[in-house]
Parts: sequence; C-alpha cells; structure tokens
Amino acid sequence: MIGVQNVSRAFDMLRAVDDVSLSVDEGETVGIIGTNGSGKTTLLNLITGYLQPTSGHIVFQGMDITGLGPQRITTLGVARSFQIPQVYAGLTVLDNVLIAIAAHSGRSADFWTPMYRRDCLITAEEVLARFGLRDQAMRTVSNLPEGGCKILDVALSVVLEPKVLLMDEPTSGVSARDKFSVMDTLMPELKEHRVTTIFVEHDLEIIERYAARAVAFDAGKIVADGPVADVLARPEVRRAVLGVN
Amino acid sequence: MSEITTSPSLPLAVIAAFAVMAVLPLFLSDWIVFLIALALAKGAVVLGVVLLLRGGLISFGHALYFATGAYTVGFLANRFGIGEALVALPLAIIISAVAAAALGVLLTRFRGIYFAMLSLALSMILYTVLIKFYDFSGGTDGLSVRGFTLAGVTSADPALVQYYLVLVLTAAVVYVGARFLASPLGYLMQAVRYNEIRIEYLGASASHAILASYVVSGAVSGLGGALVAYLVGHVSPELAFWVSSGDFVFVAVLGGTGSVFAPLVGSIAFEFVKNYALKFSPNTWQLTLGVFLLLVIYFQPQGLWTLFTRLRVKPRWLRR
Amino acid sequence: MNILPIILLDGITFASWLFLVSAGITFIFGVLRILNVAHGSLYAIGAYVGATFIIRFAGQEQHSWLTLPLLLLAAIVVGLTLGPLIERLFLRRVYGKDEVIGLLTTFALFLILEDVVRLIWGIEPYLVEGPFRLLGRVRIAGIAFAVYPFLLTIIAILAGLLLWFIIHHTWFGRQVTCVITDREMAGALGINVPRIDLMAFALGTFLAALGGAFTAPMMSVEPGMGLSVIVLAFAVVGIGGLGSIGGAALGCTIVGLARATAIQLFPEIELFVIYALMVAVLLWRPQGLFGAIELRKI
Repeated sequence: MIGVQNVSRAFDMLRAVDDVSLSVDEGETVGIIGTNGSGKTTLLNLITGYLQPTSGHIVFQGMDITGLGPQRITTLGVARSFQIPQVYAGLTVLDNVLIAIAAHSGRSADFWTPMYRRDCLITAEEVLARFGLRDQAMRTVSNLPEGGCKILDVALSVVLEPKVLLMDEPTSGVSARDKFSVMDTLMPELKEHRVTTIFVEHDLEIIERYAARAVAFDAGKIVADGPVADVLARPEVRRAVLGVN
Repeated sequence: MSEITTSPSLPLAVIAAFAVMAVLPLFLSDWIVFLIALALAKGAVVLGVVLLLRGGLISFGHALYFATGAYTVGFLANRFGIGEALVALPLAIIISAVAAAALGVLLTRFRGIYFAMLSLALSMILYTVLIKFYDFSGGTDGLSVRGFTLAGVTSADPALVQYYLVLVLTAAVVYVGARFLASPLGYLMQAVRYNEIRIEYLGASASHAILASYVVSGAVSGLGGALVAYLVGHVSPELAFWVSSGDFVFVAVLGGTGSVFAPLVGSIAFEFVKNYALKFSPNTWQLTLGVFLLLVIYFQPQGLWTLFTRLRVKPRWLRR
Repeated sequence: MNILPIILLDGITFASWLFLVSAGITFIFGVLRILNVAHGSLYAIGAYVGATFIIRFAGQEQHSWLTLPLLLLAAIVVGLTLGPLIERLFLRRVYGKDEVIGLLTTFALFLILEDVVRLIWGIEPYLVEGPFRLLGRVRIAGIAFAVYPFLLTIIAILAGLLLWFIIHHTWFGRQVTCVITDREMAGALGINVPRIDLMAFALGTFLAALGGAFTAPMMSVEPGMGLSVIVLAFAVVGIGGLGSIGGAALGCTIVGLARATAIQLFPEIELFVIYALMVAVLLWRPQGLFGAIELRKI
C-alpha cells in the first residue's frame, strides 16, 4: 500500500535516515519506536513529501510519489498528525475542524457558501464528540491544554478520511486519562475502515495495545521489523531503543 | 481570539443603517453628503486591505488598485469622452482584478515584511509611471473627470446620483464581503495566518487562497477608486503614492478585521476627523492619527470594532 | 564617451546618500526585527537639526568650515536623544510580536514625527547652502562637478567602515551579532539584550540623522523630505536583503548606477527603474541578495 525503498536523507554530515526500506500493506497497523533523533519523524516527513530524500523512492499504491509535496500527497489519501500539533492556534476548535471538513469536501476555493452550514456543523459535532472535544468547541485553541491540541491535531487528519494515516506521537502530552479513551475509540474505527495506520510512539503500552507490527529505528536505520512482541523482546532493540541492558 | 463572523444575510442593523444613509441627503449639506460618499468609496478599498489582513498579510501598496480603478474612469472620461458609469465601473473592476491576478502570482510568494515591501514597490512603480508619462496620464496635473452619466442619463444633480450609486454599490460590496468572510475561503485565509503547514496537510493550498483573496481585494479596491474618481472629478498620481496606501492600512488596522462593516465605519470616521482636523489644526492631525494607531496597537490589537461587538455565531447544538 | 564618468560619479554620490539611511534601516531590522518606516522622518529631523545648528552657531558665516562639525554634532545629538527615546517608549512594547506589528508601530511613529517636525520648525523651507558652496567645484573629464556630494561619499564610506569595524572588532559588535542571529539564545547567554537594542537603535538613528544633516546643504529642508527617501531605502534593503549591511551597500550601488544610467539614457524611467530593480531581484531571490533564508519549522 505504502512504503519506502532504499530511502536516505542526509543533512550535511548527518544521515538522519540511512538506506531504509519499509513496506506496509493495506489495513496494517504499524508502530514505530526508537529513541529521539533516530529518524522516525524524518521518515514521516519524507513519506509525506515535506522533505525530499537524498536517494531512494516513496511508493504509494504502486505509484512513485517521490518529489510530490504534502498538499498533493494528502489529496491522494495520506494524512498525517504531528509531534508538535499543527493546528490553528488563534481559531476555535470548531473552526479548526470545519476548515478540515471544508478542505476534505473540496470547498477550499468556495468563497460564497457559508462555512457554518448545517451539514458541516453536524459532521463537525460528530467528529468533536468522537474525540471528546465537544465541550471545548468554542474554545480558542491557544487556550487548550497541550493534550487537547494533540487530540485536535489527530482529529484533523482523521477528518480527511485517509487511506493511510501517519501519526507522530499521538499520545505524547495527552493526559493518562484521555490517552486510552481516545485511542480506544480511534483505533478500532480505523481498523473497521481498513485505514493503513502507521504511528510513532514512545509509550510502549500504546504500541503493545494497538499495533500488530513494530518497526524499531536506531541511528537512521531499521534494526528490527516484525510482530510487536517479538520486536520488543529482541536484545538489540532493548539495548538501543529501550536503553535496557 | 477567533475572528468574529457575520452570517451571510445582512442583519437588520445594517439594512437600517443603509436606509438611514439613503435619506440623509434630505437633511444634510451637500458637503457632508459628499464626504460620506467619499468615505464609503474609500471604505471599499479598506475592505480590500482587510481581506488580506485576515491572512496576516499587510498590503502597503493597495493604492495601486485604487489608482488603477480611478484612472480607468479618468481615461475613459478624459481621453475618450466616455463618462458612462455603467461602462467605466465594470471596466475598472475587471482591469483591477486582472492586474491583481497578474501581480498576485508574484506577490503571493511572499509573506510578512517582504509582502508589505514588495506591494509598496509595485504601487510606487505605478506612481512613477503616472508621473513621468505625461501624454499617457497627464503627469502630475492628472486628468479631469467630467461628463458623468448613469445609464445614458446626465442628471441635473450628479453629486446626488453619485451618492446613491456609491450607496448601492457599497451595499453590494458589503454583501459580497460578508459572504466571503463567512465562506471556507474566508476561514482558510485566517488559517493562513496561523499555520500554513497544516493547510498543506489538509490538501489545500495557501497560495491559492491568498491569490483568490488578492484578486477579490484588488477588484473591490479598483471599484472604490473608480467611484472616487467620479466623486472628486479628478485623478492624479498621488492616488498611487505610498502614503495613500498607508491611509488605507491605517483605517483597516483601526477598524480591525472582525467584520465587513468595520472598514466602512472606520473610513467614515477617518474622513470626518481628517476633514475637520485639517481645518482647525493642520499640523497636528497626523500626530493624532499616529497616537490613535499606537493606542490600538498596544491595547486593542484586534481593532476598535471589537470594542462594540462580541458577536460570535454559535451553532445550535452549542446553545443548549 | 563622456557620459560614463557622469554615470559613475552621479551614481556613486546618489548611492552614498542612500546608504546612510538604508544601512540604518537594515541594521535596525537585523537586531530588532522591526522595519522602521519612521526612518525617513529621522533623516528629516537630522536635516532640520543640522540646519538649525548652522543657522544658530555659524550664523552669517555659513561659509566657514565650522559648519561641517556642526552637522556631525547634529547627527550625534539626534542619535543620542531621539534614538533611545523612541526605542524605550514605543518600540520596546512590540518586541517578539509579529513583524507586521512592528511595521505598523513605526508607521504610527512616522505620522507622529511628520507633525512634530511641522510643529517645531514650521512649514517654511530652511536653506543652508553654505557648506555646499564652501566646497566649490572641480573639473573631472572636462565636466564641472560640485565637490560637496563627494564629501557625502566619503562620509558614507567612513560610516560603512565604522559599522564594519564595530561589528567585527568590538565587544559590542560581537554581542550584536549574537542578538541578530538568535535573540532568545543571546538573552539566555547573558547578553543584555535590551541594552543592545537601545544602542543598536541609537546607532541606526544616528546614521539616518547623519544622512539628513549632511544632505541639508544640498537641498531645501522642508516637511515631507523624508517621504521619498524612505521608499527608496526600502527598495535598497529589499534588494540587498533585510539585515545585511553589505547588502545595503551593494543595493545602493546598483540602484545609484542604474538610476544614473537611466537619467542619461532614458530619463522617463529614472524613478521607475529603482522599483523595477527591486521587483526583479525579489523575483529571482525572494530574500534579497544577502538576506537570510527562513528556516522551516517542523
């Protein structure tokens, strides 16, 4: 469904991603683990076209999408949420979601019909309820706690009804209480719609609970790739990624 | 703070305001009626600036479209003897829109300070062209605008006809502006100000949104300029000078970007203050403006309009 | 061909005149991240104070050499008083905010200063041609040139060298470079950023006032003289890149020579050519010739 082939990305002397190949089939749920700086976010940036690889290819549904930018790749069906939530801080939660809905329904060039349209509001209400943000709808995002921003960021990417969803640390900064409630609602739904899900996480409990397959990164390379339990048991993973000796 | 929205249908208050303005000529002197018309026409240009300000883009060169619209009317009247508003006004709008589209392709690559500086440079190019090419533009003398007709009719009181023309067109501009601000594109422009990356990652294009806004902005400003040309009866290169752009920016910032009416109300206030301040104390009115602007910047950055209204459209399911 | 020396000399003198104002603007932007629309007004005030000093202290003897140090003094006075005053009172509040807010603030200052000038000095022009006539004329390549503009060139070069020396060879300059590179880090490293801001703005003001003061003998000093300077300076810093003094110097030279060429060969486009150049450069390099590229954020 989506994958990278021998992809590398260097920043001057630093090889952030070093000859990485990864292939994910439709409907799979893959968790990516690794220490900070091991190349996980760079990989997401490469897949979504924010960065261009210095070598290698990005492939989606059999098409070579290397060189395309984030806008194009998103319209092809690949959505992404960010480690630092990328939301519209000065607007309300509701406005953020409405904009995403409008973009998804191709109305981003519409300058005549109102955004606050009945059907859009209903959809927005559903989305907000799903993510537990309904009560915060009229709050300006800059007044949301960090966890709320993160959840909103994930919600915006889910609104796009993508074929592939990439999430960068979806639960970091989210309170312990909300972590599981959001993921418990979100992940089964993604499975039900056969959304290929790839998420980066530091919280191993999240990985164990929601991912079927784990990919471990270390210093820009993949050091392990397989079923979650297997990968987490491997000594090189435990040493490099978990810091356990 | 989220920008205040207006629902697409004109609220009663606005209709009432326009109704009041429609009967004003019965009570007020010709000069005041003229000032109001002038303020409304310039208010359209300020609205143009506000459309971009919403996206965090400050155009210090909107005098370009103001002058383009004005000189379109000027040329037609002066060089071709065509004073028919129904010909000149649409032409002014079209030419301004085309200019905005062409220049917008260049300008929308920039943000922040560079956008401001480049927009200023472009308007100064027009200014220098208007000054130097005497045969073309009348140079610093400008062009006189005579022979105003509406639908072929030369009226006995052209100032009055122009007043109502301005009123009607301003109402139209307000309507279009209100719909624009409440539309997905209007909201996308706000989003541009806060996070362009997210816009790309929603599959939309910040550049396209800005360009669309810029074209609408240019068209509306051109209309404003065209109307001013008829009202004043004369066009000159000063219309394109950067200080002229500065005035529009001033009113835009003072009124704020919250609503379509802020530019109009701000413009009327500005014209009246300027008119009387110039008479009584010509050496302090800029100072007063400057102080006002500073106060707004320091204490009420969303503009003065937000002092009076805290409307926010709430969807029904939140009003329970 | 006879026009080449004219173009060169005319271009260089115009560039020198513009450099003093542009260097100030670009330097202030580099340190404070504020584009100072009021810089033209500071230039004008420098001219007015310079004219006032000459009239009061050189009086009838406008032809004496005393006038030149007086002009320098005027610039220093303006730089040391008005600079810190403006920075402290008005600009300090808008640091860290959007660049556009800074632009609007200085625009408000411009409006205020334009009227302050009128209130203090009235609207009648001041003429202090003494120093200009003092320096007389010289023949180069068979053409008579006034000497005074070359003084301006020398001053511009000296100012440029002074700036270069300050930035690269003094402790202050070292700190300024830190602040220009990263304000927050500079503060975290213990640099007294507010004091650097103040001194940087004072220096920028001094440069503008210097340009104004030494321009006073060349033209009539009247309200509105800052209006055209500021847009020309913007064009130059746009070309050279905001924050780069070398860029400002190069930008001035290009603009000066282009304008001089236009005047000789295509007089109609004299004004037009400057702004057209700016548009052309920005089309090619959006950050200007030596401007810093904005780094992406995620």
